[in-house]
Amino acid sequence: MDYFDRFAVPHSSPMIVGSQIAIAVTVLAILVGVTYFKKWGYLWREWFTTVDHKRIGIMYILAALLMLFRGGADAILMRAQTAIPDNGLLDGQHYNEIFTTHGVVMILFMAMPFIIGLMNIVTPLQIGARDVAFPRLNAVSFWLFFWGAMLFNISFVVGGSPDAGWTAYFPLASVEFSESVGMNYYAIAIQIAGIGTLMTGINFIVTILKMRAPGMTLMKMPMFTWSILITNLIIVFAFPVLTVALALMTMDRLFGTNFFTMANGGSDMLWANLFWIWGHPEVYIVILPAFGIYSEIISTFARRNLYGYKSMVVSMVAISVLSFVVWAHHFFTMGHGAMVNGIFSITTMAIAVPTGIKIFNWLFTLWRGKIEFTVPMLYSLAFIPIFTIGGVTGVMLAMASADYQYHNTMFLVAHFHYVLIPGTVFAVLAGFTYWWPKIFNFQLSERIGKWAFWFIVVGFNVTFFPMFITGLDGQARRMYTYSEATGYGPLNLLSFVGALGLLIGFAFLVYNIYWSTRYAPRNITSDPWNARSLEWATHSPVPEYNFAIVPEVDSSQAFWDSKNNGPALFKGKYKEIHMPNNSGVPFVLGIIFFVWGFAMVFSMWIFAIISTLGIFACMAHRSFEKDHGHHISVEEIEETEKKLRGANA
Amino acid sequence: MKMKWALLTIIFSIATVLTGCDNPLAVLDPKGPVAANQANVIMISIWTMLIIVLVVVILYAIMLFKYRASKSSDDYVPPHVEGSHVLEAIWTIIPILIVIFLSVVSVRSTNEVEATPKGYEDQEPLIIYAASSNWKWHFSYPEEDIETVNYLFLPTNRPIEFKLYSYGPISSFWIPQLGGQKYAMSDMVNTLHLAAETPGEYMGRNANFSGSGFAEHTFNVKAMPEEEFTKWVDEIHGTAKKLTESEFDKLLEPGHVGQYTFNGTHLDFRPAPEHNHGASGNGESEHSEHSDHEDSKKADEAETEHQH
Repeated sequence: MDYFDRFAVPHSSPMIVGSQIAIAVTVLAILVGVTYFKKWGYLWREWFTTVDHKRIGIMYILAALLMLFRGGADAILMRAQTAIPDNGLLDGQHYNEIFTTHGVVMILFMAMPFIIGLMNIVTPLQIGARDVAFPRLNAVSFWLFFWGAMLFNISFVVGGSPDAGWTAYFPLASVEFSESVGMNYYAIAIQIAGIGTLMTGINFIVTILKMRAPGMTLMKMPMFTWSILITNLIIVFAFPVLTVALALMTMDRLFGTNFFTMANGGSDMLWANLFWIWGHPEVYIVILPAFGIYSEIISTFARRNLYGYKSMVVSMVAISVLSFVVWAHHFFTMGHGAMVNGIFSITTMAIAVPTGIKIFNWLFTLWRGKIEFTVPMLYSLAFIPIFTIGGVTGVMLAMASADYQYHNTMFLVAHFHYVLIPGTVFAVLAGFTYWWPKIFNFQLSERIGKWAFWFIVVGFNVTFFPMFITGLDGQARRMYTYSEATGYGPLNLLSFVGALGLLIGFAFLVYNIYWSTRYAPRNITSDPWNARSLEWATHSPVPEYNFAIVPEVDSSQAFWDSKNNGPALFKGKYKEIHMPNNSGVPFVLGIIFFVWGFAMVFSMWIFAIISTLGIFACMAHRSFEKDHGHHISVEEIEETEKKLRGANA
Repeated sequence: MKMKWALLTIIFSIATVLTGCDNPLAVLDPKGPVAANQANVIMISIWTMLIIVLVVVILYAIMLFKYRASKSSDDYVPPHVEGSHVLEAIWTIIPILIVIFLSVVSVRSTNEVEATPKGYEDQEPLIIYAASSNWKWHFSYPEEDIETVNYLFLPTNRPIEFKLYSYGPISSFWIPQLGGQKYAMSDMVNTLHLAAETPGEYMGRNANFSGSGFAEHTFNVKAMPEEEFTKWVDEIHGTAKKLTESEFDKLLEPGHVGQYTFNGTHLDFRPAPEHNHGASGNGESEHSEHSDHEDSKKADEAETEHQH
């Protein structure tokens, strides 16, 4: 009984019991369904063991979409709870768990994986490569992220969710004030996923630096690839800090050390500093790729080359450097005095300059263009003014003395949603729609896509704009309830209405995928948007080896130039292609990490030790393995090419 | 197009709301010099930022209106334009100038709000220790030798120096109409300078998430003329009971309580963690040893001698 009790959720409610049943039923249905349709072999051969960057990318995006709806459900619940004063829908504890998981899930298990998914699919294609530098490592990264995310997600049905906010400030996150295993899940699940992300960072830096097609110098890389390069550099510099911080947190929680606690010299500020030294660059990890996506889409649908290519690159580099020297603006109110606050205030505002350069370059990419309002373009255009509002409120927050008034209020919540939603969410939706035909060889419905777009854009503004006002009226963030006398009621109700609009928008998105998969025409070309960069130069769907002949490049929009009487991209004859073999080890390693994490969360040491040995066994297996991949013969390439050209004619 | 109008409407409605006067927003309705300073900075930044938003939105509207595919002829081919050094210099230099301007405003006002409020430099500040515990506020007036729980009486037109710390998770002491917030933490004492100029009742709260009772972690603030304040203190000396250590320990237990008034302060038997971090205005924070750290759970071992 005791054994069973520790897995029970301490603050159980009908909603959680419902979720437990729903999750159990869904898992069972999936297992039975896959068995019934005899798909285990297919899944194993084609997906679980794949090292193909495109398939890994698809799996990232699928997982990210699932997480979007998980985090979205949290969001709707929060807005429903605060829609009216003194609402009793959720109790305080439940609300705290929901906003904590909302933050973690949206940033770490939705935004980042979505971006990493797109970059997995697109980057090797954009640089004319056959795969990433370390395909097997790429699979390991994905499965670590996936099982880390799964571990985090079961927290709300097994043992209890984390409840100290996504920032997990100490001493609130210590065992003393957060007794359930929720914060253990936080420390360990994020650690597992974070290791995967760090490896992705290394993988893509090497890929971009070493595997570009002949002729593609750094200053001829498409803007999306540039943004990915810089993003991965930030990952490699920032994530080790998170790794260390989470390791110290794990020791505090599981082994009774006192790095961040109240007793024995622990310092709560140490956590805050470590968290934000990682956390602020993290914001740019999810924003910079969005800048890359928008650059591609805006130039494609304005039918113009990107304005100010060089200053776009320079500004991204500047942003990446500045992103590491502003972290203290997250706690201006921690009492470091006027001098420190002044310095961080200035470095923070400085970020507005390179960001502003980018905004104007996008505007001037539209100048003398021929703008087509496709769905990806609509998201990109909506991004410009909304993100500007997010940016200027960021400058307002950066003014230290004024921040004493905004800090911890709904004004801040409004600001970062005004940055992150048009910045990241619109971008991944735009990129997803834009690259969809490349991945699946049919387009998503523009008509349904536009319905989704309008509901999402209007719903977003209705949800978050009122928060600027309630924030200035003194509404603190993370309050599960408030009294009618505060006067926050009407604007919070408006926010809830907006959230429903967002919900409808995302429902349209799902419906679009369903509808288009069934009915959209399949006779499109491999370049349906009349685009500019290399990924559109190969077939759709992309063959395993990406390019039958490695392209030769001499501008940042090589494909466009070659279409318009420029030099041919593909010169020479087919040659044998060397490709890596599939492997089941990354998947198995991911599952072992999941078991290890679960054992650690509940301090089940025997399981933890056994699974640790399992992790080392996987690594040992790899180091003794003799796998030199396989070769695709010229005949095979010819056959594939003939078949694909037929489909795309 | 629709979106552009929607945005313009939003921008103008916020401008109207912000400048509206029938029911001003708390932060923009200051009742003391510190909050007034901050409201001033906020309004300067809002107007500056509105100019930028306006420029972007106008350019945006022109681009979308003039260069849409449906307006141009079928054979129009957009030109290849690399960029323009002049234009790019303009949208680099102007933002830099704006950032410099705002930096000056920000640094100056940050120095101001970290010091004794202007015009009050020659007055002796009233010192109040504000300690948070889950989920209460304990206010000690060492000079008056009284302590209140969950409510605060302040004299008007006198600088007040709050000494902030915590017996639990990080809390943030915030009275929006008197001035911005600052953290109360367990291992250091933060100083917050405020002053009230208009008598009245104000909302005070913990703004930093501190666990399940966070939403109700509030306190009432009443500002009154000096004479009235002195009368209130005298009254307490005559009527309230003495704060004992055991009573204080009981108050520290997590939970919500009403308002209390005591003679004596908890500083006598549980001094504030003042041995370090003296950041108070000029940006110098000393990071000394945390060796004699306090832990609310180890009440019995607590040092009884004064440390400040």
